[in-house]
Amino acid sequence: MRLEPIEAPSTARRVIPPALAIAATFLVASLLALVAGGNPFAVFGLILKGAFGSKFSILETFNSATPLIFTGLAIAVAFRAKLWNIGAEAQLYAGAVLTVVLGTGALGLPAYLMLPLCALAAMLAGALLLLGPALLKTRLGVDEVVTTLLFNFIFLLFVSYLLEGPLKDPMGMGWPKSARLTPEARLPRLVEGLRLHWGFALALISALVVWVINTRTTLGYEMRAVGQNAEAAGFAGIPVTRVILKTALLSGGLAGLAGFSEVSGLKGALTLDLSPGFGYTGIVVAMLALLHPLGVVLAALFVAAIFVGADSMSRAIGVPSYLADIMLASALLFMVLAILLTKFRLRRD
Amino acid sequence: MSNSEKAQVVLRLQGITKRFGPVTANADVSFDLHRGEVIALLGENGAGKTTLMNILFGQYTADEGAIELFGQPLPPGAPRAALDAGVGMVHQHFTLADNLTVWENIVLGVDHLTAPTLKARQVKSRIRDLAERFHLKVDPNARVGRLTVGERQRVEILKALYRDAKILILDEPTAVLTPQEAEALFTTLREAISSGLSVIFISHKLHEVMAISHRVLVLRHGQLVAERATKDTNREEMAALMVGAEVSAPSIEARAAGAPLLSLRAVSTPDQGAAPGLKALNFELCAGQITGLAGVSGNGQAALSDLLSGLITPSAGEMALHGSSPARWSPRAAIANGIARIPEDRHKTGTIADFDLTENAILETYATRFSQRGWMDWGKARAFAESLIKGYDVRCPGPDIRIRLLSGGNMQKLILGRVLEENPDIILANQPVRGLDIGAVNYVHGELAKARARGAAVLLISEDLDEIMRLSDVIHVISEGRLSPAFARGTMRPEELGSWMAGHGFDSHGMDTGAPDAA
Repeated sequence: MRLEPIEAPSTARRVIPPALAIAATFLVASLLALVAGGNPFAVFGLILKGAFGSKFSILETFNSATPLIFTGLAIAVAFRAKLWNIGAEAQLYAGAVLTVVLGTGALGLPAYLMLPLCALAAMLAGALLLLGPALLKTRLGVDEVVTTLLFNFIFLLFVSYLLEGPLKDPMGMGWPKSARLTPEARLPRLVEGLRLHWGFALALISALVVWVINTRTTLGYEMRAVGQNAEAAGFAGIPVTRVILKTALLSGGLAGLAGFSEVSGLKGALTLDLSPGFGYTGIVVAMLALLHPLGVVLAALFVAAIFVGADSMSRAIGVPSYLADIMLASALLFMVLAILLTKFRLRRD
Repeated sequence: MSNSEKAQVVLRLQGITKRFGPVTANADVSFDLHRGEVIALLGENGAGKTTLMNILFGQYTADEGAIELFGQPLPPGAPRAALDAGVGMVHQHFTLADNLTVWENIVLGVDHLTAPTLKARQVKSRIRDLAERFHLKVDPNARVGRLTVGERQRVEILKALYRDAKILILDEPTAVLTPQEAEALFTTLREAISSGLSVIFISHKLHEVMAISHRVLVLRHGQLVAERATKDTNREEMAALMVGAEVSAPSIEARAAGAPLLSLRAVSTPDQGAAPGLKALNFELCAGQITGLAGVSGNGQAALSDLLSGLITPSAGEMALHGSSPARWSPRAAIANGIARIPEDRHKTGTIADFDLTENAILETYATRFSQRGWMDWGKARAFAESLIKGYDVRCPGPDIRIRLLSGGNMQKLILGRVLEENPDIILANQPVRGLDIGAVNYVHGELAKARARGAAVLLISEDLDEIMRLSDVIHVISEGRLSPAFARGTMRPEELGSWMAGHGFDSHGMDTGAPDAA
C-alpha cells in the first residue's frame, strides 16, 4: 500500500473525506455512548440541546468558543507560515498577567482608555513570549516546537509564583488568586443580563482582521509564500526571517488577547485554572479549520458546542462528559487522515 | 545484429495502457526487445517514458496490457519480479549509499552484508572481473561518497551486471557526464551487447541515440508514434517525430560585444558541503552577448549562480555591477540592479507550487509594483499575470490555477515573462531548458536571443554542450570552482571543451586533450 499524489483533486475528492471524518467521529462516539449505557441518538440529541437548545445555552457556547477562536487564530496564523507555535497556552497566560497587572487599580484611567491599553499590553506580552523562540529558530535553528512547548510549563510555574507572591490578592483568604479587576478594566456584557461579553465580538473581529491580512495585505502574501516554500520566497527576495518574526508577533499577540478576553470579560481575576488548555485545544481548532481564519470561528463553535453540550448531557443521563474529549480527539485524528486523502490516493500494490 | 536473423525476444510489451485520472500516460504501447539489441526510447518530458519503465519495474500497475520477460509473463505491480528476472536499471539519480564502499553497494540487496556465506574476497574478485570485461574502471574498496559522478554511474552499472542483468535500462545516462565519460560509457554498452545483453537507452539527446542504438522508438503523448531502424533515420526526422512538427532552432548572428555590465575580480566563495565554491574567479558579462558556462554539474555553477542571484556574497574579491560594487547584496538588490534570474530548479526555487499563476507572477515585484502601503493590488496583479500568459504563450486555463498543474515548459515561460518584463540588462539563465520539450526549448532560446539583440548580457549555465555551443558568443568552462579562459564562438571543438570540463588545462593552460577514460 502506498500513497500517490493527486494533481488536481475533484470537488468530490475534497468534500467526501472530511465528511466521512465527521461521520467516523460520531460513529466512535456512538459506540462509546453505547458502552456507557446511553442511546447514541439520545446522547447526541442532548448534546445538541445542551449547546444550542436555549438562548442561555447558545450564549454559553459562544462564551466558551471565544478563547478558542483567539488561540485557534494564533495557531492558524503561525502554522500557515510553518512556524510551529505550541506555546499559545503560555502566551494566553502572559496576556492575562499583563491585564491583571494594569487592570487591578494601578492606573486610574476611564474604561475607554483602560480596555484598549490592557488589550494592547496583553497582545504585546503574548507577542514577546513567542518572539524569543522565533529568534532562536531564525538565528540558531532551534526547533520552536520544543522551545514553545516546554516554555508553557515554565511560564505556568511563573504564574503560580506570581499568584502566591506579587500578584496575590490580599483579600483572597489565602487562595492563589489575583485581585479583581477594577470595573473600568472589565469588558462589558454584549447582551444585558446574560454572561456573553464583548470578548466574543472582539474574537469575531480578530478573525475578520486575520482573514483580511491573509488575503489583502503584502504581509499575508509574504506569510503564505514563506509557509509554502521558504526557498522560493527567499530567492524571490522576500525577507524570510523578518516575515517569520512578524508572524510570531501576530500569532503571540492573538494568543495574548485570549488571556485578556478571559480575565477581563469572564473571570475578572487571574487564577491558575484560567485556561483548561485553550492553547492546546486551539491547535485542534486550527487544524479542523484547515488554518482558515473564518473556519476557525466555525471550528471553535463546534468544539465549544461539544464541550458545553456534553456537560449538560452528562448531567441529564449520566454518560460521562469525557465523551467530549474523545469526540474532539477522534475528530482531529480522522480529519488529519481525511486531509491526507484529499491530496493523495491510496494504492494497493 | 543483422536484420535477417530473428534474434530471441527478451522483453515484450503488449498494449500497455496507464491512465492517471483524465491523463493517459501510456496508450497501447507495444514493442519487442531482442537479445543483443539497443533500443533508444525517445520522447519529450511527459511523453510517458518514465511511466513505462515504472510499470516494467512494478512501481505502477498498468490498466491494460501485459509484459513478457524471456517468454514468461511478468506479474504486475511486483517490484522485485523484474529485478529477479534479470532487468537492471540505472536511474538518472543514483541510488547508492555514500557511506558504503563500492563492493558493499554492489552486493547490497543481493546478499546480506553480514551473511556468514558472504566472501568479501570472492565478491571483489568477481567485481574486478566484471569491471575489466566491461571497461568499468573503479576500485571495489573505494567509498562511494568520494567517487565522481561518472564513477558512481559505473558502480550502478556494475551493480546491475553483478546481479546477472540481461536487460539494462539506462535513464538519461549521459546527463551528468563529460563527453569523454559518455564515450567510455558507450564502449561499455557495446561490450555489453556483444556479450548478449540488451539495452533500453532513454534519452533526448539525438546524437547519442544515433551513436549507440539499433532501433529508435519515439513516444509522444504516451503513444508510440514511430519506430525506426537507426540507420534509416536522421536527427532531423527524430526531432520532428518527438514534437510532431518540424522545428527550427533560433539562429544567433555574430555581433560585437558591448561594455561589461558585470565583472568579478578574483572572487571566491566558500564551499557548500560537497559542492565547491568559486576559486578566485575573474569574469565579465558584456552587453549584447551570451556567455556560456559549460561544465559537469556540481563544479561551482551553483556558487556562481547563487552569487549573481544575491543569495551569497563573495568571501574574497570584488564584484562590480555597471562599474561599481553594490553596497548590500541580496536577492532584492540583484533584482533592483536589473538582474533577471532564471533558477536551475523551477519547481523548488522558481515557483511556489500551490500558489496560483497570479501569485507566482508577482513573486519578485509584489512589494514594488503590486502593493501600496502594505495592501496588495490583486486586480493589477491578475492583469499582469494575464498579460504574461498572453505575451509569453503560457498555455493554461487561466491565471487562477495553481502553477503545479502546468507543464515544465509553461512554468518556465511564466518565469521567463516575470523576469523579462522588468527589462533586465543582465540575465542569469541556469539550466533554462532542462527537462523541457523541443518547442519550449526553442521558445526559451529565442527569448534569450531577443534579449541579447536588445543589448542584455546573458549568462547561460548548462550541462548540455550542444546548447552552449549553439547559443554562446563566448564560452567559459568551469571545473572544481575554477574558470577557464574565455573561448570565442567556434574556436573550440566539443572534445577540447570536454577536456577542460574534465579538469585538464587549468594549471598549465595548455591543451591537454588526453582523455584517460576514452577507449
